[in-house]
Amino acid sequence: MVLNNPVVRNPMQDAETTREQDLIARVQRGQNELFYELVKPYERRVYAAAFAILRNETDAEDVAQEAVLKAFANIRQFRAEARFSTWLIQITVNEALMRRRRERTVVMEGIDDRRDEESDYAPRDFADWREIPSEALERKEVRQKLAEALASLDRKYREVFVLRDMEQLNIQETADALGISVASVKTRLLRARLMLRDLLAAGWEQGWFSRLPFEKGNKPW
Amino acid sequence: MVNKEAFNCERVWHEISNYLEGDVEPALRTAMDEHFRTCQRCSSVLAGTRTVIRLYGDERMMEAPSGFGRRLERRIAQNVRVTGGRWSVWSTWLVPVAALLLIAGGLRVANSLTAGPQLKSEHAQPGQGIPLDMMVVVTSDAKLFHLAGCGFIHNKQTERTLTAKEAIREGYVPCLRCMREYLSTAAKGHSALGAEADAHLDTEEGTTHGGGE
Repeated sequence: MVLNNPVVRNPMQDAETTREQDLIARVQRGQNELFYELVKPYERRVYAAAFAILRNETDAEDVAQEAVLKAFANIRQFRAEARFSTWLIQITVNEALMRRRRERTVVMEGIDDRRDEESDYAPRDFADWREIPSEALERKEVRQKLAEALASLDRKYREVFVLRDMEQLNIQETADALGISVASVKTRLLRARLMLRDLLAAGWEQGWFSRLPFEKGNKPW
Repeated sequence: MVNKEAFNCERVWHEISNYLEGDVEPALRTAMDEHFRTCQRCSSVLAGTRTVIRLYGDERMMEAPSGFGRRLERRIAQNVRVTGGRWSVWSTWLVPVAALLLIAGGLRVANSLTAGPQLKSEHAQPGQGIPLDMMVVVTSDAKLFHLAGCGFIHNKQTERTLTAKEAIREGYVPCLRCMREYLSTAAKGHSALGAEADAHLDTEEGTTHGGGE
């Protein structure tokens, strides 16, 4: 599994991209009423990016709305060579970071941030990995447990992980959005992924993923 | 070349994320593949890390509060002018408003030529004529702000994105290459947006631009 910007495309994706490019061009020409249609596919991603940084639903929603309005105000500066979703997420991250700076909430997590950045992280659980099927995500309590595991990470690991692995920005775009180096993104991403793996392994033992279909005698491992 | 003697589990864990990114040298990838075939611990770490990426990367993990989409749509409708939908409609009211601001604030604008934030460069003009909400890029230890992708951005690893208004407030001055279009507009006189910029900075921040050096 190689994650770097897959180039394999399908006709559906191409049709979506063409439709999006057409919408962008029309909004840039002044058909403002189409703007919500343009951002609608990404509205949850915008909210998730804001929430990853602010950790507060009210602030995240407010910042998400502000970011979308800012994107509208700057739509003529958008260039077709960039991905619209990436541009939108970068604006959102910038807005969220500014909001956090203004409200100085960063102080709350500053102590954790100094811990262990340079040291290697050793995985803890080496039992045979029990594959967790994506169907598990149909259950709200599973999604809730995964969200809690993510929330338990230190801010710097959580932010990088959300932008790279959830928002699908690439390493360079993640570094640009957060104003940190590519090397820092890689270090933090490694650690975030390994820590989440350990948390999922522990969660398995605690029964997070019980009542899954394969428990009825259809074990995949 | 990968030294097999020194190739151990710790090395694999250190590189496992880059491995999944496809960001390791071919020789290292081959050595890691071989290691995964024989090391149960590392293959467990690899499988688990892949699962983490797959589960969290699933669209279903992107949740927003109930009604978020509706509220966003309403907010956009309130803020986005849909009056026949032409940008030129904006300019038809923006120009007279800017002209009024120019007249009413003439004295203050004149004062703004002699006082303002400390410019990072004495050999440049401030950001007059630049749309205030435009996203621009600055880097630490540099004096200029740029459009994203400008070929004259130095020290890229410290790049930071912000609005032109914020960049101006922090004392950055526009890059003469990528901002040429806006600067030439401003040079013809006080452009509508330039005047608006002055007015915004004047009223919202209590500060004004310095004059061109």
